[in-house]
Amino acid sequence: MADVQTLNTVAVGIDPVADRLSGPQGARPKRVLSRRNIFLYGTLIFVAAYYLVPLYVMIVTSLKGMPEIRLGNIFSPPVEITFEPWVKAWATACTGLNCDGLSRGFWNSVRITVPSVIFSIAVASVNGYALANWRFKGANTFFTILIVGAFIPYQVMIYPIVILLREIGLYGTLWGLVIVHSIFGMPILTLLFRNYFTSVPEELFKAARVDGAGFWAIYFKIMLPMALPIFVVAIILQITGIWNDFLFGVIYTKPDTYPMTVQLNNIVNSVQGVKEYNVNMAATILTGLVPLLVYFVSGKLFVRGIAAGAVKG
Amino acid sequence: MTSVSIRDLSLKFGALEVLKSLSIDIEDGEFLVLLGPSGCGKSTLLNCIAGLLDISGGQIFIKGRNVTWEEPKDRGIGMVFQSYALYPQMTVKGNLSFGLKTARVPRDEIARKVARTAEVLQIEPLLDRKPSQLSGGQRQRVAIGRALVRDVDVFLFDEPLSNLDAKLRAELRVEIKRLHQKLRNTMIYVTHDQIEALTLADRIAVMRSGAIQQLDTPHEIYNRPVNLYVAGFMGSPGMNFISGEIDGGDSPAFRFAGQSIDLSTYPASAPIKSGPGIFGIRPEHIVSGDAASVEPYQATVEIDVVEPMGADTLVWAMLDGSEFRFRVDGQTGMRVGDHVRIGFDPARASVFDTATELRL
Amino acid sequence: MSSSSGTATRRPSQMFRNLNAKIASIPMILTALCVFLGGTVWTIVYSFTNSKLLPRLKFVGLDQYERLWSAPRWLTSIENLFVYGILSLIFSLVIGFLLAAMLDQKIRFEGVFRTIFLYPFALSFVVTGLTWQWILNPDFGVQHLVRSAGWESFTFNPLYDQQIVIYGILIAALWQGTGLIMCLMLAGLRGIDEDIWKAARVDGIPMWKTYLFIVIPMMRPVFITTLVIIASGIVRLYDLVVAQTSGGPGGASEVPAKYVYDYMFLAQNLGQGFAASTMMLLSVAIIVVPWAYLEFGGRKRG
Repeated sequence: MADVQTLNTVAVGIDPVADRLSGPQGARPKRVLSRRNIFLYGTLIFVAAYYLVPLYVMIVTSLKGMPEIRLGNIFSPPVEITFEPWVKAWATACTGLNCDGLSRGFWNSVRITVPSVIFSIAVASVNGYALANWRFKGANTFFTILIVGAFIPYQVMIYPIVILLREIGLYGTLWGLVIVHSIFGMPILTLLFRNYFTSVPEELFKAARVDGAGFWAIYFKIMLPMALPIFVVAIILQITGIWNDFLFGVIYTKPDTYPMTVQLNNIVNSVQGVKEYNVNMAATILTGLVPLLVYFVSGKLFVRGIAAGAVKG
Repeated sequence: MTSVSIRDLSLKFGALEVLKSLSIDIEDGEFLVLLGPSGCGKSTLLNCIAGLLDISGGQIFIKGRNVTWEEPKDRGIGMVFQSYALYPQMTVKGNLSFGLKTARVPRDEIARKVARTAEVLQIEPLLDRKPSQLSGGQRQRVAIGRALVRDVDVFLFDEPLSNLDAKLRAELRVEIKRLHQKLRNTMIYVTHDQIEALTLADRIAVMRSGAIQQLDTPHEIYNRPVNLYVAGFMGSPGMNFISGEIDGGDSPAFRFAGQSIDLSTYPASAPIKSGPGIFGIRPEHIVSGDAASVEPYQATVEIDVVEPMGADTLVWAMLDGSEFRFRVDGQTGMRVGDHVRIGFDPARASVFDTATELRL
Repeated sequence: MSSSSGTATRRPSQMFRNLNAKIASIPMILTALCVFLGGTVWTIVYSFTNSKLLPRLKFVGLDQYERLWSAPRWLTSIENLFVYGILSLIFSLVIGFLLAAMLDQKIRFEGVFRTIFLYPFALSFVVTGLTWQWILNPDFGVQHLVRSAGWESFTFNPLYDQQIVIYGILIAALWQGTGLIMCLMLAGLRGIDEDIWKAARVDGIPMWKTYLFIVIPMMRPVFITTLVIIASGIVRLYDLVVAQTSGGPGGASEVPAKYVYDYMFLAQNLGQGFAASTMMLLSVAIIVVPWAYLEFGGRKRG
C-alpha cells in the first residue's frame, strides 16, 4: 500500500517523498544494552549463581582431601583432586554394623523404585481410564475420597498402614514399601490419567465401541498407544518422587532394606567417628544423581509432569 | 419393510428429560435426516440408536430385531463421527480393519473387504498412511469407510461434515448422496445444517428440545411447516414474520398496521377463525419491480439495508413498521433509500395462530 | 412388532454392568475406603485412647490432647511450623512470581535459566538438608568464609543458634522449592491471553501496573492452587529437618511431623502420636476445606 502511495506522489512532486523518507523508517534500532536488559539479565544471572552454588560446593568438597577441607574454605576449588571420597562413599562408608557404603542403599532404592513405578502407574492408568470412559455408579465418590485423601497428612495414615501390612505379612519388606508408594501415588496419578483420558475425544471411544472393542481392548489398543507422553510424564514423576522418599523408607523398611536416602542420612548424621565431610558430600551427590539425571534428560517433560501433578491437569 | 423402528423412546438424566417419548419408523433404504439446533437432542437420539447411551424408556428395533439392550457392536450399525474419530496410531488400513479384527474375521476376508471399501471410496493410495497425514476430507472419507467395511444394515452419521470447510462440505455432501444411491442402505444423518438436510434427505425430522416437531419430506417441510418453529428454522435467510390480526369468515384476510392481505386463496387445513395471528412469507417468494404488478398482494417499501451475496442480493426494508427481507437478482442495482414496489402470492405464505404457534 | 416379543436379550443386571471397569477400580476403591477413609477414622478414634507400645481401645477422653498441648516440645513444634509456614508462603510466592515474570520477558536462554532454577526441586529433602548443613557449617561454611576475609566478628550460624535455626531450614527449603512455584507461575503467565498485553500496550499502561492490576488478578486460580500446594507441603515438613538439624540444637527446630514419628516409633507412645497427627489433620482441614468449598462447592451451584 505504502509503495503505491509513494509512487503516486512521485508523479505529483518530489518534495513529499523526501518528507516521508526523513522520518523513522525501516526496522526500529535495537539497543542490546538497554538499562532494562542490564537489570533483567543481571538479576537473573545473580539468582542463577545462587541456585548453582550449593551444587558447586558439593562437587568441590567431594573432590578434596580432609586436610585441605580443614585448611581452606568450602568455596575454593580443590588443589589436589582426589576420587577417594567417592570410592569410600560408594563402597566402604559405615552405617551401624554395615560397612559396604551407599551401594547397598542404591540397589535397595532400585529394587524399590522399579516395581513401585510400574505397579503404581499400571494401577492408576487403568483407574483413570475407567473413571474417564466407563463411569459406573459410585465411581466419582471413591475418586473424591481419593483426591481429598491426597491432602491428608501422611502422619495420620502411617500407623494404620503398618497394621495392614503386618496383617498381610509384608511389613518391613520391599514389597510392602511398593504397596505404600502405589497407595500414596494413586491420587495424583489417577488424576493425571483421568484428566488425560477425559481430554481424548469421546467420539474415539464411541467409534471403538461400535467397532466391537471392550474395556481391555480399548485400553490396550486405542488408549495406551495414544497416552505414551502422559506415561512418560508419570514415570518421571514417580521415579523422582519414590527415589527421593525418606519418610516411608524409614518407617516401612528394616536397616537391611533401607533405601538410599535413609542410608545417606544415617551415614552423614551418625554421631560416631570423625566427620568426613568429603565422603559425606560424595554420598550426597551420589544419592541425588538419579533424580538429577532424570531431570536433565527429561527437560520439558519434567516441567509438564510437576505442573500436571501440582495444578489439576 | 421397516429398517429402524423407535417406539416411545425417552431418556432422562436425573430430572432432566432429554428425549421425550419419540417414535419414528424408518423404511429400508431410506435416508432420514435429524435436523435441529445444538442441544435439541438429535445427536443424543443417534447415540441411543447406536447403543452408546442407555435409554430410560421405550424400545429400539433394527431389522425387526429388538436391540434395546444390545451392545453397539451387535446392532448391525456403522457410525461416522463429526471429529472423524480415527484411531491416531493406526494406519488407514488399520482403522478400517480394527472392527473386523475385533470380530475375529479371517485375515483374507478382512483384506478383501478393506480393498473393496477402499475402491468404493477411492482411498486406495491412502491405505498405508496415518490419519495425521490426511486432509480433513480424506479423513472423513476414511471414517465413512470404517463404517462401510463392516457390511452393516444401518449407517449413522453424526454431523459428519461440520468440521470441514464450505467447499469440501459441498463436495462430500454430493459424495454421500451418490454413495446412498449406490448402496441403498438405511442412513440416519444428524445435522444442524438445513442445506445438508434438504439436499440429502428422503425425509427430515425437525427436532426441538427432545421432541420431533415435524417428520416429512423436505418439500413439505419447506413449503408447509407445521408450526412457527419449523418455519423459522428452515430456510436461509429465514422467513419473514409479521404479527397482526386474522379475520375469519367467508373472505378471510390478515390485517396489520392498516394493511390487509387477502387470504381467500390460502390453502388452510381448516376453516380460518378470527384472532391474533402471524403471517410468514419466505424472502425468495417476494418479487419486486415490474414483476410485482401481477402478484395478488402488492405494496411499496423503502429500502433499509442492501446485502449483496453474489448470485443474488438480500434487501432489508420496512413495511409499515415491520422489518422485511426479500431476495432480488444479484445484478439489480437497488440502493438504500429507494422506494420499490414488491408483491407476493399469499397462497405461498404460511399463517400461524399466535397462541398455539400452529399452522392454520 | 407391536409388543416386545422380539426381545433377544434380557436386561443385564445392574451389578454386572461395566463389570470390567469395576474390577479395574478395586485398588482405587480399597485405597479410598480402607486406607484414606478407614485409616483416618482409625487414627482419630485411637487418639482418644492411652495406647502405648500397641494400640489398645482403652478410652481416656481428651487426656492425650491435654498432655500434647502442655508439652513444651509440641508447642515449639507448632511455633516453628507457624513461623516457617508464614515466611515460606510469602517468600515462595514473591520469589516465584518475580522469577517467572522475569523469565516471561521473552529473554534469551530462558530454558537455561529455568533449568537452573528448577533443578533443586529434583533433589530430595535429605540431599537438600545435608547440602545446606554443610554450607551453613560455622567452621567451614559461609561464616568461616566471611571471617577469613577479614570481618572477624561476623556471625551467621543458624544451625547452632536456637533463636534462628528455623531460618536456616527456611533458606534450604526455599532453595529447593521456589523453582516449582516459578514454574507454576510461569505456566499461569503463559496462560494469559496475549491480547491483554497488546491492549495494555496500546492503552499506554506501564508494565508494572499491568502486572499488578490486570495480570495478577487474572491469575487468581493459579495463586490459589499454588497456595494450597505450598501449604500442604509446609505441614509435611519432616525430611529436611531430620537431615539438616535432627531437630536440634536442643530441640529448637522440632516440627509436628517429627513429633508424630518420634512418639509413634521411638518413644512407643502411640496415643500421643495419634493425637498429634489428628491435630495436623485438623490444621490441614482448616486450610483445605474453605479452599475446596470455594473451588468446587461454588461451581456446583453455579
